Order: sequence, then structure tokens, then C-alpha cells
Amino acid sequence: MKLSTLLFQFFQNGLVLLLAPLLLGWVNQCRAWLQNRSGAGLLQPYRMLFKLFHKDAVLADNASVLFRSTPYILFSCMWLAASLVPMVATDLPLSAAVDVIALVGILALARVFIALAAMDIGTAFGSLGARREMLVSFLAEPALLMVFFTAASISASTSLVTIVETIAHRGFFIYPSLAFAGIAFLMVLLAENARIPVDNPSTHLELTMIHEAMILEYSARHLALIEWASSLKLLVYMSIGFALFLPFGITEAGNWAALPLSLAALFAKLAVAGFGLALLETLSAKQRVFRVPEYLGTAFLLAVLAILIHYLLGA
Amino acid sequence: MTDFLNSLLLIDIAGAATLAWLAIGMLGLFAPRRMIASTLFPAGALVALLLAASCLWGLNSTPQIAVLPLGLPDLPFHLRLDVLSTFFLFLLGAAATGISLYSAGYFRAMGEQSGSKLNLLCLQYHVFLASMAWVLLADDAYFFMVAWETMALSSYFLVTTDHEIPEIRRAGFLYLLIAHVGAIGILLSFGVMQGGHGDYTFATMRAGHLDPLWANAAFLLALFGFGAKAGLLPMHAWLPEAHPAAPSPVSALMSGIMLKTAIYGILRVTFDLLDDRLWWWGALMLVLGLLTALFGVLFAAVQSDIKRLLAYSSIENIGIIVSGIGLSVLLNAYGENAVAALALTATLYHTLNHAFFKGLLFMGTGSVLHATTERNMAKLGGLIHHMPWVAMTALVGTLAIAGLPPFNGFVSEWLMLQAYLLAPTLPEPYLNMMLPLGAAALALAAALAAYAMVKFYGIVFLGRPRRQNQEQTQIHDAGIWERLGLVWMAAGCVLLGLFPVNVILQLDHVTQLLVGNDLGNSAARTGWLWLTPVAPERASYSPLLLFMMMLGGIALTFLIVRKFYHGRLRMGAAWDCGYPLQTPRMQDSADGFGQPIKQIFEQFFGLSREVPSPFDPHPHYQSEVTDPLWKIFYRPIARSAEFISRSVGMLQQGRISMYLLYSFVTLIALLALVI
Repeated sequence: MKLSTLLFQFFQNGLVLLLAPLLLGWVNQCRAWLQNRSGAGLLQPYRMLFKLFHKDAVLADNASVLFRSTPYILFSCMWLAASLVPMVATDLPLSAAVDVIALVGILALARVFIALAAMDIGTAFGSLGARREMLVSFLAEPALLMVFFTAASISASTSLVTIVETIAHRGFFIYPSLAFAGIAFLMVLLAENARIPVDNPSTHLELTMIHEAMILEYSARHLALIEWASSLKLLVYMSIGFALFLPFGITEAGNWAALPLSLAALFAKLAVAGFGLALLETLSAKQRVFRVPEYLGTAFLLAVLAILIHYLLGA
Repeated sequence: MTDFLNSLLLIDIAGAATLAWLAIGMLGLFAPRRMIASTLFPAGALVALLLAASCLWGLNSTPQIAVLPLGLPDLPFHLRLDVLSTFFLFLLGAAATGISLYSAGYFRAMGEQSGSKLNLLCLQYHVFLASMAWVLLADDAYFFMVAWETMALSSYFLVTTDHEIPEIRRAGFLYLLIAHVGAIGILLSFGVMQGGHGDYTFATMRAGHLDPLWANAAFLLALFGFGAKAGLLPMHAWLPEAHPAAPSPVSALMSGIMLKTAIYGILRVTFDLLDDRLWWWGALMLVLGLLTALFGVLFAAVQSDIKRLLAYSSIENIGIIVSGIGLSVLLNAYGENAVAALALTATLYHTLNHAFFKGLLFMGTGSVLHATTERNMAKLGGLIHHMPWVAMTALVGTLAIAGLPPFNGFVSEWLMLQAYLLAPTLPEPYLNMMLPLGAAALALAAALAAYAMVKFYGIVFLGRPRRQNQEQTQIHDAGIWERLGLVWMAAGCVLLGLFPVNVILQLDHVTQLLVGNDLGNSAARTGWLWLTPVAPERASYSPLLLFMMMLGGIALTFLIVRKFYHGRLRMGAAWDCGYPLQTPRMQDSADGFGQPIKQIFEQFFGLSREVPSPFDPHPHYQSEVTDPLWKIFYRPIARSAEFISRSVGMLQQGRISMYLLYSFVTLIALLALVI
């Protein structure tokens, strides 16, 4: 492990922390433009984090150790996940320790902790949010795992680095299995990041919430860490999407000369994807919670179909 | 003295351990009741610890044989200790250590009551442990069946400890019935495997070669017999009844260790006693195992009794283990021994993991039961504040069983998924399709297990207490012995999760014996820190690094936030979106948390519902989830058995003239045959 690869890793660690709220701001700003509003500006999430960190935290009387430590655990999991997905460079030192299955495991760990913390205070909305979150995850997590399986079968490896390198070097060849997997991945991305049509991230109606209902009891720095972690999660999912389906422009770690080009490629991809997400949210409506299992079942089925097609066609 | 120690074989140590347990059991029969819990159970734990330690030290030795001058005149008891037996003995010893330590605290209250059955319970408990060790050591069919029956009977008596309650009697009867039906299957399987030579030792069975028809018969009978004990579909009906009926340490023993003796039986018959494996055996076990897993976890997600939930979760894990064995057999039948070794390693790892985290969870529910006398989740809640030790160790167990990094459940799940992924193309195209479908089913079962376990932990330990008049001050945390047992199991979960390469290097001896291949060279090539089953570029996972980075991230975040901002905190009432009236009844009950699963999978549950009408003066709502296999499978079998016995019973006319007629007709028929 050379020093420059280590420095690349630290660079990515810092980059994701700074980039995640900006991505969220961009998506919100695009939504505002599409809805003919003037919007709050690209830097609004930063202002929100700044405001929240300064406040005093108010905890419920019966909050336990689990409740108080979950924001830190959640933030650490998401930061770790964002640090090892190849965004600007492959062959990061951290990627050797965690492969795609372990990445899904880290996301699952974060989800279980926030669901348990939601049940901790003992309010109706907390357990409602936890129940709905586990409902979404019990189909979304296998779908994500099957999407990764398809990519792993194509590149004969579960290491993200190898997957990116294999798919990037095959040129513009379209894999039929990856096409199905891409649609499934998009559906899972919308579900896991609490986007329309599964969950409205800006709703104030508690009975329609999934993700927001779990964090109703948090305030101040805890809420700031959780919001930051949510934006990191969106960045992680988008980067996974780029790594699996659009891995062009990702350089090798240690190659400082190619860094500006890969950064520019990343920003371009994120800008287009963010706008696409905002467009998708504006054009769809939120589904009833009862319909969410059908939606996710479709995603799971498409993902399983993807890997079956890979076994059938070999591509 | 050192000569004696050097010449001490592992089989002698194992035999001595079983005799020590028997002695402790006999002592328990005569000892004063007050002393049993604090002296005899820790002694049993010490014996288990010594057994586990010596098995770990002697895991790579050559097979050792002993012949005891007991048994039938021409069939003395044969004992044999090879790597497979040593591994399962290690599992037995390690899990029994924690459970016996826990029992020392759990049964103390029982020892102080007058008229309690602690003497008998101590005897039955230690006979149970000894008989399980005998099953693992047996090398001929007779000793195996003697040990198997002793195990079944001693566990039956343990299950029916509180036999004054009718449900417990019924559960015990069902358990005994299915255990004996399974034992008949195992006995018939041994009968087929001895191949007509009349020699029932395993050595003869190993050397013999069976025709394909008889090999299939032997395998199917063994799968039926051992599957009945393991809780495989459709012979699982006893599991959700017997585990809640038994005392909690006994449930932990049964779920953690006894089910694994059945897995040992399947492995022994399939890989060791039968000389060749057919592909369709593997496919059958794969499909049956995955169906069992999905069935178990779906039912676990809708239970409201804490012990029934864990029992159904055991069914799920047994299904995963059997499907792993099936995958291994399938690959082995096609000669792909490298990936078969990976699948077998994953299966054995999962077997070891399950003993630890299921034992831990059953022990945790035992403490909850002791403190609150409630098994129904609808009356529990908020226990993390009064029982911190139990809650923290149960959290480790919950995260482990849900398959989350960096604990042990994730390692075996990771290895199993890698086995599916690395499986090469099989000649049969339909078989090839089964592999990704199997991986999808495994992923689905794992995600549903996370659902069920979040429900279990969240409703029992978190939130507010659901029973209004519960005396909160009376709820006490676990005692010192119970804490010791819980921490032992939790430490096992953590260590098995953080150091997988060391565990795999030990498991390699077993897979080398069974499929003739192991992961050792590739797994340890990159050092003890990284788990790379095939090659670092193909798959690599380092739980210790992951854990360190997460801890580092948490510490860094905490320190930076404290340094740049502040850590000021105020306690207040819960926000709950400003709703003024909050009662604990507004939280999810166990039934409520499982309602989405009940609704989505309604076809697969036997659901009965009573809904109130608008004109009911006292409206009530009741919904019950029953096992549909009772209606589809068990009741028809019971009815046909009754029908057959009634039909045969028509022979009993009760008049002596009819019986004389029967004797006359039989005599004429025999004369006709002879002449």
C-alpha cells in the first residue's frame, strides 16, 4: 500500500462528507425548479446542519444507551460505506476489507440500529416507522444483493474494485442482465433512500412516513448526524449505480494527474442523476404503503430475472 | 505423570467427560437441593470446558478407536473419534459450558423451593449431555441407537419438567412421538446400510458398497429420520411446541446442540458411511432446506410468544444448514470438490454460530421469563432499563442472528453466498438455474430473519412496559452465574465473527475428511486478517478491519462534534409529534409488528380470525396463526392411522367362535402351504 493510495483514501473520506449535503441540495433545488418554485438554494443542507449542531439536544426521559449511540453508529456506517465505493478512484485500500456483500451488510446494520432506536422511546410513530422500514428492507435488501450478484457473476468477483475495472474495460457493450439489474437497482434506490414513490422525504404527515417517522424523537446534533448520514446514503447508492452501470472516468488510486478529470466526470454524473431523480419524483406520486410490497416484489423479481438471464445467456 | 498425560488420547478424555457428567447427575439425585445449583451445574460446566478445550487442541489427530465390553454379546460398543466427531464435540462442550453456567443461576430459585424436582432435573440434564456426546462417539449402529434413544428420553423428561400443565404434557407427547418415528427411520437406514452382512459396525458400512437402489433407500431413510430430529419440513411440528414447554436452559441445549447431533447424523451417513453421493440427493436437500428456512422465518415473524419465535427461527437456521449440505453434496457429486469444500465450510461455520447465538437468545428469554413471568410479547417492553446485562448480551445475539457484520452470523452467510457465486457451471441446465434461485431464497430468508429479530428485540427490551400494573421495581437483572453464561456466549459470537480465518483453518480438517479438499491454502494466503476463500481479487473480507474502522469512525465523530460544538443535553418528555396523550398501549404489539408479513403471505398461514360485528355489546377481535401443515399433513396421517386401526379392529369380534374359526383357517392354510 503506497502512501499516495492512502492519501487518495483520505481524500475520498473528506470528499464524500462535503459532497453529500451538496448532492441533497442539488436534488431539492431541481425539484423546486421543476415545481416552479424558487427553492432554498444549493447550500441549504449545510445551513441546516450548522443550525442543528448548535442546538441543545432534548432527549426523552426513557431514552436508553441504544438511542443515544445510534446516530454515531449510523453516521459511521454510512461514512465507511461512502469511503469504499469507487467514485473517483478504484483500488482504494479499504475496498480489500469489504466487498459488495459486506457493503450490503453494513447498510443492513445501519438500518437495524435505526429501527431499534425508533422503537426505543415507545411512541406509536416510532414503532410504525420501524415496522415499515423493516417491511421495505425485507424485499429491498435481497433485490440489492441479487443486483450485486449479477455484476459479480459478470466480473467473476465480489470485490467492487474488480467489478468496476471489468465493466469499465469492456467498452460500451450492453449486458442484457445488467439492463434488468439496472431497473431493479433504480427501484431499490428509490425505496431505500425514502424517495417518491415509496416515501415522501419532505412530508409532515406522520401516518404516511417511513423514514422520517423513525427519527421523530431526535434533535440537535443527533438529528444533524442522522440527516448527514441520509445524504451520505443517497451518495453511496448513486455511486454504486455509477460503479456498476456507468464506470467510465474512474481512475486508479495514486494517479493524481487524472484526478481532476475523474472528479469532473463524477460531478457530471451526479448532476445528471440528481436531476433525473428530481424529475422522477416530480412525475410520480407516492404509493400507498400497502402497495410498496408489490413495488419491491417487482424489483426483487427483476433482479432474480437478471441473474437468471446471466446464467442463460452468459452475459 | 507426564507419560500418562502424553499417552492420554482424546477419546479417553471424551469418554471421561461423559462419565463425569453421569457422576454429577447421580450426585444430583442424592445431594441436598439447595446445593445443587451452585455446585453441580458449575462442575458440569467445567467438564464441558475441558472437553471443548481438548477437542480444540486435538482437532487434527488421526481417528481413534475404542471398544467397550458393554452391549450385546457379539456386538460390543464401538467408539470412534475422528475429525467430524471432534468438531461436534467441541461444539457440544463450548455451548454446554455457557448453558451450564447459566443454569447454575437459573435453577437456584428452584433449589430453594420445597417439593421441587431439582434432583431429578440435574440427573436428566447431565444424562442428556452425556448421551449427546455418546451419539457423537458411536461407531456401531447399536450403540448409536442406544445413545440416540437415551438422548430422546432424557430430553423428553426435561421438556415435561412442569408436567402438571396439560399443554406441556401434550407438547412432550408430540415430541416423543416424532422423535421415535424418526428413530425408526434411522434404524431402518442402518439396516439397509449393513448390506446383509449382519455386522452393524460403521467400519463395515464404510467399506461396503450398496446398489444404487439401496443407497437411495438408505439416504432417504436417514434424511427422514435425522430430519425429524432436526426439525426439517414436514417433520418440524414438535419444535414450536417442545421448545416453549421446556425450561429455558433446556431449550437452549435442545436448540443449540441437540439439533446439531441430527446434522452430524446426516453428515456422517451422507459423506462417511455411503461411499458415493448422487446429485439428486443434493438437489433434494437444497430445495427442502430452503423451503424449511422460508417457512420457519415466515412463521417466526408472526409469533407473539418469545420462545415460539425463537423455535421457528431455529427451524429456519436448520433449513439453511441442510441447504448448505445439499449444495455441498450436489457439487461433490459433479466432482467440484473445491467449491463443495467452501459450501461445507460455510455450513459447519453456521452450525457452530447457531449453537452460540441461539443458546444466547434462549438464555436471555429465560432471564426475561424469570424476571417478569411473562412469555407473551404483548405484555413485555422497556426491559433494557431494568436488565442491562441481559439486554446488551441479547443485542449481541440479535445482531448475530440477523446476519450483520462484524458478528459471526454474517461470516457464515458471506461464505454461503460466496459458495453459490463461485459454483461453476453444472452440466444440467435446470440444475444451473437452481443455484441463483437458491441464492435469492437464502437472501430472502436472511432479510426476513432480520425482520423477525428486530421485532423480537424491539418489543421485548425497548419501548415502554406494555402492562400497566406491572411492578417495575421488582424486575431484577440476571444473577452472577447467569451473567457469566450470557457473556460467555456473547464473547463466542464476537470472537467467531472477528477471527474467521482461524476458525476456517480448524474447519479445514473436517472438510478435508468429508470432501477431500479444504480452503486452507487460499484462505490463509493473505494472512490471518483477510478472509479470502479463493483469491484476494475474487472475494475478500476483513471483519477485524471493518470493526476497527467503524469504532474509529464513531470515536472520531464523537470527539469532533464535542470539540467543535458542544455536548449539552436536556431530558424532557417524548415528543411524539406533540400528541398530549401517550399510553404504552399505543406502541406496536407483537401481532402488530408482524402484521405486514401476515398480510403479504396470508396464503401460507393457517389464519383464523374473529372480527366483531357492529352490533356486538362486547366487541373483541381475535386472530390466530396456526401451522397449515397440521391440516394438510398431520391430521390426514392421524386420521388414516385411526382408520387402519379401526379396520383391523373389526377382526376383534369378541366371540370365541370367531377366534376358533381364525385358528382353524390359519391351520388349514399352513397345512396347505406345507403339503
